[in-house]
Amino acid sequence: MNDMRPMDNVVTDKTKITARDVHVHYGTTHAIKGVDVDIADRTVTAFIGPSGCGKSTFLRCLNRMNDTIPGAVVTGKIRIDEADIYDPCVDPVQLRAKVGMVFQKPNPFPKSIYDNVAYGPKIHGLARNKAELDDIVEKALRRGAIWDEVKDRLHAPGTGLSGGQQQRLCIARAVATEPEILLMDEPCSALDPIATAQVEELIDELRRNFSVVIVTHSMQQAARVSQRTAFFHLGHLVEYGETGKIFTNPEDSRTESYISGRIG
Amino acid sequence: MTDISNDTPARHGALLVTDARTKRRNRAETRFKAYGITALAIGMAFLAALLWAILSNGLTAFGQTYVQLDVPLLEEKLDKDGDRDPEKIAKVSTFGYKPLIEAALTDLVAREGIETDLDGKALTKILSESAAAKIRDRVLANPELIGRTVGFDLLASSRVDGYLKGRVSRESLARDKNLDAAHLDLVDTLSDVGVVEKRFNWAFITGADASDSRPEQAGIGVAMLGSFFMMMVVLALSLPIGVAASIYLEEFAPQNRLTDIIEVNISNLAAVPSIVFGILGLAVFIQFMHLPQSAPLVGGLVLTLMTLPTIIISTRAALKAVPPSIRDAALGVGASKMQAVTHHVLPLAMPGILTGTILGLAQALGETAPLLLIGMVGYIATNYPDGVAEGFLSPNSAMPAQIYEWAKRADPAFYERAWGGIIVLLVFLLAMNLIAVLLRRRFERRW
Ligand SMILES: Nc1ncnc2c1ncn2[C@@H]1O[C@H](COP(=O)(O)OP(=O)(O)OP(=O)(O)O)[C@@H](O)[C@H]1O
Ligand SMILES: [Mg+2]
Repeated sequence: MNDMRPMDNVVTDKTKITARDVHVHYGTTHAIKGVDVDIADRTVTAFIGPSGCGKSTFLRCLNRMNDTIPGAVVTGKIRIDEADIYDPCVDPVQLRAKVGMVFQKPNPFPKSIYDNVAYGPKIHGLARNKAELDDIVEKALRRGAIWDEVKDRLHAPGTGLSGGQQQRLCIARAVATEPEILLMDEPCSALDPIATAQVEELIDELRRNFSVVIVTHSMQQAARVSQRTAFFHLGHLVEYGETGKIFTNPEDSRTESYISGRIG
Repeated sequence: MTDISNDTPARHGALLVTDARTKRRNRAETRFKAYGITALAIGMAFLAALLWAILSNGLTAFGQTYVQLDVPLLEEKLDKDGDRDPEKIAKVSTFGYKPLIEAALTDLVAREGIETDLDGKALTKILSESAAAKIRDRVLANPELIGRTVGFDLLASSRVDGYLKGRVSRESLARDKNLDAAHLDLVDTLSDVGVVEKRFNWAFITGADASDSRPEQAGIGVAMLGSFFMMMVVLALSLPIGVAASIYLEEFAPQNRLTDIIEVNISNLAAVPSIVFGILGLAVFIQFMHLPQSAPLVGGLVLTLMTLPTIIISTRAALKAVPPSIRDAALGVGASKMQAVTHHVLPLAMPGILTGTILGLAQALGETAPLLLIGMVGYIATNYPDGVAEGFLSPNSAMPAQIYEWAKRADPAFYERAWGGIIVLLVFLLAMNLIAVLLRRRFERRW
């Protein structure tokens, strides 16, 4: 897993997400302090940084999950495909269908595996009939690299799977609604190395169709899966660029200390 | 106390020897367990004493003494003209039937060859005062019976019933002008030949209340209906209102001063004495809205007020217990807040909500004080409501109110019925709790 296949490091130049001067306040806490970033399409972008620096907060700005936190105030401009997602005309529910999210802790619904995956397509009306829905579910589970393990027990509870399987189920659930962007907040923190490897492989797969933004505490993981890396520190975006460059030749001294393990 | 400098060497290596600190800790633990077991034992003892008291006092209410009597329905007394005109038959009051009963009893005594000093009029004292009315009702319903001798199962008087249940003795009759020792001798003989007999008392469960002088006739059935209609009102109002209020407060309401105040007040409402809700109901529903007094509808409204805080508090606790990650998951795939709540949060909270609701209902079912103020306590529920609308609107009593009413009356036969009523009430409460448990299980099966 550790080799960096040169082919994979090709970065498309088309920008998917543009953030300009984003600030986030939680009551009196100033969590994000003026972040500017351009996230490319069909690319894996990794957010790294010490705990509490605002990675999750910024990630949640991208699908407006911060709206659900009382007291959270987001200012600045975030555009996806040139559309301002904080425009009053934008319905966050519609936005979240387009920007899927995988959470740090696997959180399958306490329903069957099938229903877990089918739920999103159902509420968005993506399937006209049962056969289409079955197709969507199978495709999503295949993309989530879990189809072979669960195809015989689609109607068993999703909560009965192992942690790694649950996380892949959650990924399948997120891709089932055909989002354009997939946000992942430390998707592997609860997984063992084998499951982590599976998820990483999967992320690499997903890059063909989605822009993936992944928050991770593992520098190795960031180096393995991402093409671009953003380093956050105390609410600032300190450095952002090609992953190879960040890890081999960082410009900022804080980045260097962090990746060499001196701060964090 | 925790001076470790001296015994540091002893703390290492001596695993087989329990040191003083550990001993002390273990002793404290043993002591605490003993307290716990004692507390539990005291609780169980109280419960056992309570159950024993209720069962030993109340079970007798489920048996009732009946007298089988062949009554000659003489035409010359009941229908002088012999044309079976219902109006004329109805003119004969219960007084007109008394001689028939006397004759029947005298006849019975003579037929069985029993020697007694009692004359016909004195003999009727072994029967309930309701006997004449019962015969009359039957005759009015079936005029063709006139002229024949018809067998009736008539209630024995409460003294006779009490004698067979061991409540009344020859000594206690010394100061009682209702019955003599001679009656008891008669009853002994009659029960030997099977004319006087104790049976299971369905009339107690299904029947209506009776006036002070006929405890043997009183039943809890009508009050049960009153309670039933009240519970329907409570369920129909407090469940939707309570659940909607809780969902709004828990999932949608902004966190601000106003919602804080509302929350505090809901908690406070749960602690308001129920009689306060009663007086509120009196002022609002009866004096202001002019709803009928003593009506189960009003009782249900008052109990709804009382139950709402309980339901809201338990529903909110159930909603809080649903992990936030489930809401995130739903929102994350693009569900709206409402969808997240109805598709995911509510099903998970359902067992808690149902349990809270049923416990709230059970509490309401046993509530007496608020009914005092809207006139349901003290109302003699002698008639069944005709139909459902009447059930809600016509005056009625409720089970706890009926029990209270019986407990207040002087005759010990009513006292027995009060305990019996408590058993019926407890059976209902147990059944409701059982339903709560079953529903919980059923909903939890869906993992
Ligand atoms: N719901 C919240 N309410 C108040 N403050 C919050 C909330 N969530 C995060 N914060 C604060 O915002 C800052 C950034 O938090 P965030 O969760 O984004 O950090 P993070 O980089 O994801 O950390 P970690 O790597 O530990 O997950 C922290 O100081 C945190 O205390
Ligand atoms: Mg985080």
